Amino acid sequence: MTGIGIVCPLGHDVETVWQAVLAGRSGAANTTIFDASTHPTQFDSEVKGYDVARYIRHPELHRHANRGCQFALGAAVQACRQAGIDVETDTVHDGIDRTRMGIYLGSGEGSVDNDIFFAAIVAGWDVHAGRMDWRRWAKVVFGQNSAMQGLEQEPHMPAAHIAMLTSARGPVRSCLTACAASTQAIGEAMMLIRHGHADVMISGGCHSMIHPMGVMGFSRLTALSTRNDSPPTASRPFSASRNGFVIGEGAGVLILESLDSARRRGAKVLAEVIGYGSSADAFRVTDMHDEGRGPIQAIRAALKDADLSPCDIDYINAHGTSTVENDSIETLAIRTVFGGQATKPPVSSIKSTMGHLIGAAGAAELITCVLAIRDGVIPPTANLTDQDPKLDLDYVPLKPRKANLRIIMKESFGFGGQNNVVIIRRFDGHG
Amino acid sequence: MAARRPESYMGRPRVVITGLGAVSPLGLSAAAMWEGLVQGRCGISRITAFDPTGFTCRVAGQAPDYKIADFIPKTSRKAAKLMSRDIELAVIAADQAIRESGLVTRGIDPEHVTIRPERAAVNLGAGLISCDLVELAPAVAASTRDGRFDIHRWGSEGIALVSPLWLLKYLPNMLACHVSIIHDLQGPSNSITCGEVSGHLAVAEAKQILDRGDADVSVAGGAEAKVNPLVMLTQCLLNRAVCGYEDHPEAACRPFDAQAKGSVFGEGAGVLVLENADTARDRKAKVLAEIAGVGHSCSIHPRYQSLEPDGRGVRIAIEQALADAGIGPEDLDLVIPHGTGIPEDDLAEARGIEAALGCAATTVPVWPTKGLLSNTGAASGSLDLIAMVCAIRNGLIPAAKNCDQRAQGCGLNVVTRAVRARLRYGLCCSYTYGGQTAAIILGNAEC
Repeated sequence: MTGIGIVCPLGHDVETVWQAVLAGRSGAANTTIFDASTHPTQFDSEVKGYDVARYIRHPELHRHANRGCQFALGAAVQACRQAGIDVETDTVHDGIDRTRMGIYLGSGEGSVDNDIFFAAIVAGWDVHAGRMDWRRWAKVVFGQNSAMQGLEQEPHMPAAHIAMLTSARGPVRSCLTACAASTQAIGEAMMLIRHGHADVMISGGCHSMIHPMGVMGFSRLTALSTRNDSPPTASRPFSASRNGFVIGEGAGVLILESLDSARRRGAKVLAEVIGYGSSADAFRVTDMHDEGRGPIQAIRAALKDADLSPCDIDYINAHGTSTVENDSIETLAIRTVFGGQATKPPVSSIKSTMGHLIGAAGAAELITCVLAIRDGVIPPTANLTDQDPKLDLDYVPLKPRKANLRIIMKESFGFGGQNNVVIIRRFDGHG
Repeated sequence: MAARRPESYMGRPRVVITGLGAVSPLGLSAAAMWEGLVQGRCGISRITAFDPTGFTCRVAGQAPDYKIADFIPKTSRKAAKLMSRDIELAVIAADQAIRESGLVTRGIDPEHVTIRPERAAVNLGAGLISCDLVELAPAVAASTRDGRFDIHRWGSEGIALVSPLWLLKYLPNMLACHVSIIHDLQGPSNSITCGEVSGHLAVAEAKQILDRGDADVSVAGGAEAKVNPLVMLTQCLLNRAVCGYEDHPEAACRPFDAQAKGSVFGEGAGVLVLENADTARDRKAKVLAEIAGVGHSCSIHPRYQSLEPDGRGVRIAIEQALADAGIGPEDLDLVIPHGTGIPEDDLAEARGIEAALGCAATTVPVWPTKGLLSNTGAASGSLDLIAMVCAIRNGLIPAAKNCDQRAQGCGLNVVTRAVRARLRYGLCCSYTYGGQTAAIILGNAEC
C-alpha cells in the first residue's frame, strides 16, 4: 500500500478520523439527509460539511456524481497525493504506465430523487383497482427525472469517475457484495497485481445508502439499532444491549502497488497486503450460518494465502456490526479458527464509532488497520460498557491499547453470506 | 493459416467451459437461444410487461413466460418468494449450466454430490436491480396527506406495510447468494456490478480465480431484468433507447447499420460453468471451449454514457486479451462485439476494434447479436460468450440482423449471411456506459 484516503462521518482526512477512532468519538446523530423523525430509527452516521470541490480542480467533470461517489473522489485524491500519483491531467510524470494501473471499488448505488420517486407512485397508483397506471406514472417521471441522476445511480459509476480523475486504463471493476464489497475489492485488486495484470490498483469502496428506501429496507429487516434516545451509544458491538447497526456513509481508497513499482518510483510503503480469502455461506439469505462456516472458511483461506498460522495474527479488525447475530457468529468463527491458542488475538470494531458504511465499510476500516500498524496502537471498541457474557474474546473496550502490531486481519461479512478477509503486514523494508 | 499455439500458459492450468445455461428473449435455454440466432428469429417485441404508452421507447426483448418453481429443487421453493426477476433468471440459467456440465451439486441431487463445495466459486454479474413499484405502491399510497406523499406518515405507518424481507430481493449480490445456496457452492463468491460489461468481467474474474488455484470450478455469468419501468426510464432519458418501431420491432435494434438510432433493452441471464482443464479431463467432462485470454481496460469520456470516439479503451482490452492468449489478430476467426445500435458508440467501438486488429479488421467476420437478442445489460456479455461457444462448436456463424448498410466510417466485416467455417479463436469484446471495457478470447477445444 502506498496511499490511503478517507471521507467518513468521523472526518475528511486520515488523521482526523484516526484521532476520533482512538478517542471513541461517535459520528452518530439524528438523521439530516432526509426527514426520519417518525421512522423506527431516527439517527445515522453522516458525513458532515464535505465539499468535493475542495479536492478536485475540475468539478465540472464530476458534477452529477452521486453522494457516495463524491466521497470517493476526495478519498482518491488524498490517496493519490500520498502515493505520488498524478490526478486530473493527461500528461503524467509519476512513472506509472496507465495501462498497468487499474481500479477496483466495492461501490454502492446512488439514490433516486425521492420527491419525484414517491410522487410518481402516488400519481400512478390506482388504489381502487389495485394496479399501477403506467401512463400517469410516466408523465411525472419523464417530466421531472434527471437522466444524469439515473446514470449516476449505477454502482459502477464511481469507478468511472476515478478513471476520469486518474486516467486509469488498466482493469477497472466494481463489485457490490453488500457489506463485504470493499474488502473484496481490495483482495481482488491485490490478486490482479500479484498475478501480473496490473502494477497499481486504486482500490477501496464508497457508499451512501442513507436514503428512504435503503434505510427502510434495513429497518424492516430489524437490522438497525432503534436507540433513538442516544445515537452516539447505539453502535455497541459485542455488548449485551446491542440491538442493531448504525447506518453510515463514506469512502475509503487505498493505493495498492507491486513492490517493484513502488521501489522504482520511490513511493513510501505504508503496509503490505499479504493474504486474501473469499467464501460463501451457501446457507440462507436471511441468516448467517449458525456455526460461522463461511467466515471460518474465508479466514482460513486468507491465512493459507498469506502462508500464516492463526498464531501469527496480532489483531483482528472485526466486521462487528452491533447486531445480535453478527457479533455472536463472528465471535464463534474466531474462536473456532483461533481455538487452539491460549491467548486469542484482540478484536475490535471500528463500526462502534464510524457506523456501518455498507459497501465502503471494509476499506474505511482497513485504513484504520494501516494506522494501527504505523502507530503500534489497537483502536478500541467504543461503547463497550456491558460486554455480552456469552462473548468472551478480548474486544479492547473503550480505550486504545499500545501493542507491537505486525500482522492484522480484516474481516467483512455481507448480507446473503458472502465473506471476505484481507491480511496486512507491517512493511519492514525487505522482500 | 495455422494458429500459433501459445508458447506458455505461464504455469497456469488451462480454464475450460463445460456447461452453458441461458434465459433470453429467444427462449429458456442456451440451445433455444442458439436455434433462434441461427434461424434469424428476433426476440424483440412491443413491451407487454407494463404499459409503455407514456415511454419514448416501447419495444424490448422479453423472455418467455416461466414458472420459477420448475427450475429450483422443492427444498428451495420458499426461497423463491425472495427472488426478484433478476435473481430468477440467474437461478434458471445456473441450473441449466450446471446440469449440462455433468457436475452434481446439492441442488441437482443431494444424494450424489460430485463437487467439493469449498472449491466451487460463484461469480455473477448483476445490474442495479429495480424494485417492483407495484409491490411498494400500497405502502406509499398509505403515506399520503392531502393527496401528496408525506414522509412523516411513511415513517410512522407506511413502511410497516412493506414486507420485512423486502430489501433482500433487490441487493445485487443476491443473484450469487441464491445460486450458491441452492447448489451449496461455498468457494469464493463475488457480484460484479459493472453495467453492460458485467457478464464479461464476471467470467474474466472467474477465470482468474481458477488460474490462481482458489477454486476448481466456477459458475459465472450475469443476469439482468431490464424490461421494467425504472430501468427503461433511465435509458430513455439518456437517449440510448430507440424510439418508434412498434409496428416492426424486429427492425428496431440495428448494430453498425447506417439507419441505427439507438439500442433496445431486454432481459436475460447467461451462465457458464468454468473449470480447471485438468479436473475436467479427469472426470471426462465434455469440454465445450477454452478461455484462451482475457483483457480489460476503461474508456474515458466527459459524457460518461458515451464511448470515447477513438475506442481506445476497447482497443487496449483487445490487445491485452490477444497477448494473454498468445495469439495475433490474424488468428481470430470471429468477433462478437458489444454493438448496441447506438450510432456514436458503435462507431467508436468499431474504431477500437479496427485499431486493435489492424489488417485483420477488414476480413475477420464480425457478428453483433443484439439485433436479435436485444441489449440485456449485465447478461449481455455472458449471452455473447455462450453464442460464441455455440458458433465454435457448430462451425457456423449465423447472419447478423438489421445491418443492411454499414454505417459510414465503420470498416468492420459484419456478416449478413451465415458462414460455415472452422473457428479456432473467437473474440468477445464489450464496454458499458460509464466506460469499463473487457475482451475475452475463446478457443476451440478440439484444436
